Amino acid sequence: MSDEPITRVRITSPRTLAARSRTRRSNAAEIDELTRLGEVYVQSLMRAQLRLAGYVVLLLAVSLGLLPVLFQVLPVDHVHVLGVRLPWLLLGVVVYPWLLVLAWWYVRRAERNEAAFIELVDRREDAS
Amino acid sequence: MKELTALLAVTIVTTATLVVGVFGLRISRTTSDFFVASRRVGPFLNASAISGEYLSAASFLGVAGLVLLRGVDMLWYPIGWTAGYLLLLVFVAAPLRRSGAYTLPDFAEFRVESQAARQVASWLVCLIGALYLVPQFQGAGLTLRAVTGAPSWVGAVLVAFVVLVNVVAGGMRSITLVQAFQYWIKLCALLVPALILWLAWHHDDSPTRHLHTSDWVEPLQGPHATYLTYSLILATFLGTMGLPHVVVRFYTNHDGTSARRTTLGVLAMLSMFYLLPTAYGALGRVYASDLVASGRTDSVVLELPERVLGGTGATVLTALLGAGAFAAFLSTSSGLVVSISGVLSQDVLSRRFGSVTGFRIGGVMAAGGALLLAAGTQGLPVAHAVELAFAVAASTFCPLLLLGIWWRGLTARGAIVGMIGGGILSGTAVLAVMLGVKADNWAGALLSQPALLTVPIAFAAMVGVSLADRARVPVHVGRAMVRLHLPETVEVDRGSYQPVN
Repeated sequence: MSDEPITRVRITSPRTLAARSRTRRSNAAEIDELTRLGEVYVQSLMRAQLRLAGYVVLLLAVSLGLLPVLFQVLPVDHVHVLGVRLPWLLLGVVVYPWLLVLAWWYVRRAERNEAAFIELVDRREDAS
Repeated sequence: MKELTALLAVTIVTTATLVVGVFGLRISRTTSDFFVASRRVGPFLNASAISGEYLSAASFLGVAGLVLLRGVDMLWYPIGWTAGYLLLLVFVAAPLRRSGAYTLPDFAEFRVESQAARQVASWLVCLIGALYLVPQFQGAGLTLRAVTGAPSWVGAVLVAFVVLVNVVAGGMRSITLVQAFQYWIKLCALLVPALILWLAWHHDDSPTRHLHTSDWVEPLQGPHATYLTYSLILATFLGTMGLPHVVVRFYTNHDGTSARRTTLGVLAMLSMFYLLPTAYGALGRVYASDLVASGRTDSVVLELPERVLGGTGATVLTALLGAGAFAAFLSTSSGLVVSISGVLSQDVLSRRFGSVTGFRIGGVMAAGGALLLAAGTQGLPVAHAVELAFAVAASTFCPLLLLGIWWRGLTARGAIVGMIGGGILSGTAVLAVMLGVKADNWAGALLSQPALLTVPIAFAAMVGVSLADRARVPVHVGRAMVRLHLPETVEVDRGSYQPVN
């Protein structure tokens, strides 16, 4: 009878730092210890970056990759734009700014993915 | 007079390269300085250096020569050499920097935790480096012959000598400065004459003779043209990431983010540069179409001023172009010699010599070996010879990097089988072409552009063997993925650089 109240009276607030840190680990620690949760975090970042890379490759394949086929199928050889035959204009000039646009877009999005990841990892650390 | 001016220009570029190199020697004192420029290089300087190193004889002379020879389909060469950096950017740039690997063998060892994979990668670096060095030395010989009339071997030996002095004396730090400087020399040396030649052409009432022959001006005209074009696209798009001298440059970036920004800078700088060779090729068609018959299309860039302008103007422009071409050979050869000697000193000579001495001996071996090879093979267009090195890189290091960075299942055996298989298949084709094997049938097309076949085979081998070998997935693959993909600002355990064997 004298023991029971002791076990029941656990009125310590769980909101103290000491109590929390024992039960919940930071995300960085999850990643450090390669727990399943940590792996999920790493994989989520990898998937996001790989998906982004996939978009870029898809855009590249659909634009540049189809050009040789288009040149064969469509009668573009005699189309002149700005006094230059279309294939020459496309392959000699237009391709380059297009590659730059793709690269610039990728860099912005990739940095944004990483910023989101950092926020995700830090958020729970701040809370704990 | 003409010879003297050209000689003077070549001497100035060479001396300037040596001076910047010696200046670098004063800064670089420790081994760490020597190898990686202490990682204090900013994205702009780094992008200039990568572009300077990358734009070789093939870009400066070879593309214009090929355009003159075969027309619009050849525009895929510079496109591929630029787009290669886009694929490098999206798949490799940041993770490779974060891996902390300095060379491709370092990456192989780090990722699949195997000394054997490291050895295979080291031999491949030497193979690709040598294949890439040979056309540089040939281009140097051709240039010196075109501008001064000296025999071909003089230019090759001269370039080899300057590169060696530079590499042996200054190491990477000086090379970074030298390379950055070389990009701007090359751009100016090609841009200024192009503008003047274009004005002269305009003044000449814009003649268009020889331009409208259909097999030159229209795309995909020759036999097997579609296959050849797609194979070329695959080799160049995927080969760039596997070039040893490009990969070491990424180590000098501060972190993964700056590695990406550097790559974006490289794309911009290459895009500017690659607008120019097409103009030379087309002008060459108008003014120098006899070069096609005489088989000297690679020297079209150097011969155009004489044909279009004549007189003092031509002398000055030829000298400028010769200087730019020399900058191209010097920078690319330096980068290649640095990366081959880095690999040789780490993996072959390290037991007998200190790392800096080993590095120097490795440099001598690399340049000497390539010089001998260059003496043995002649006659392939410079740009095509360089592109063959891309085909080997695309069939070996490209699958290693892509699968190593993005797929947890890659094993040491898979990596080794894929690299060896892809290397043997593509290497055989390349050597056959370099030694002059030719055929007009399918086999000939396959040999001259092997990538469309060998790259998928290498990927399939790596994936297939890794799947069969599933039990031996590297122990530290989880930590490796953390290291490769997490931004540096997240404080986590990234493992040690050298995996525990």
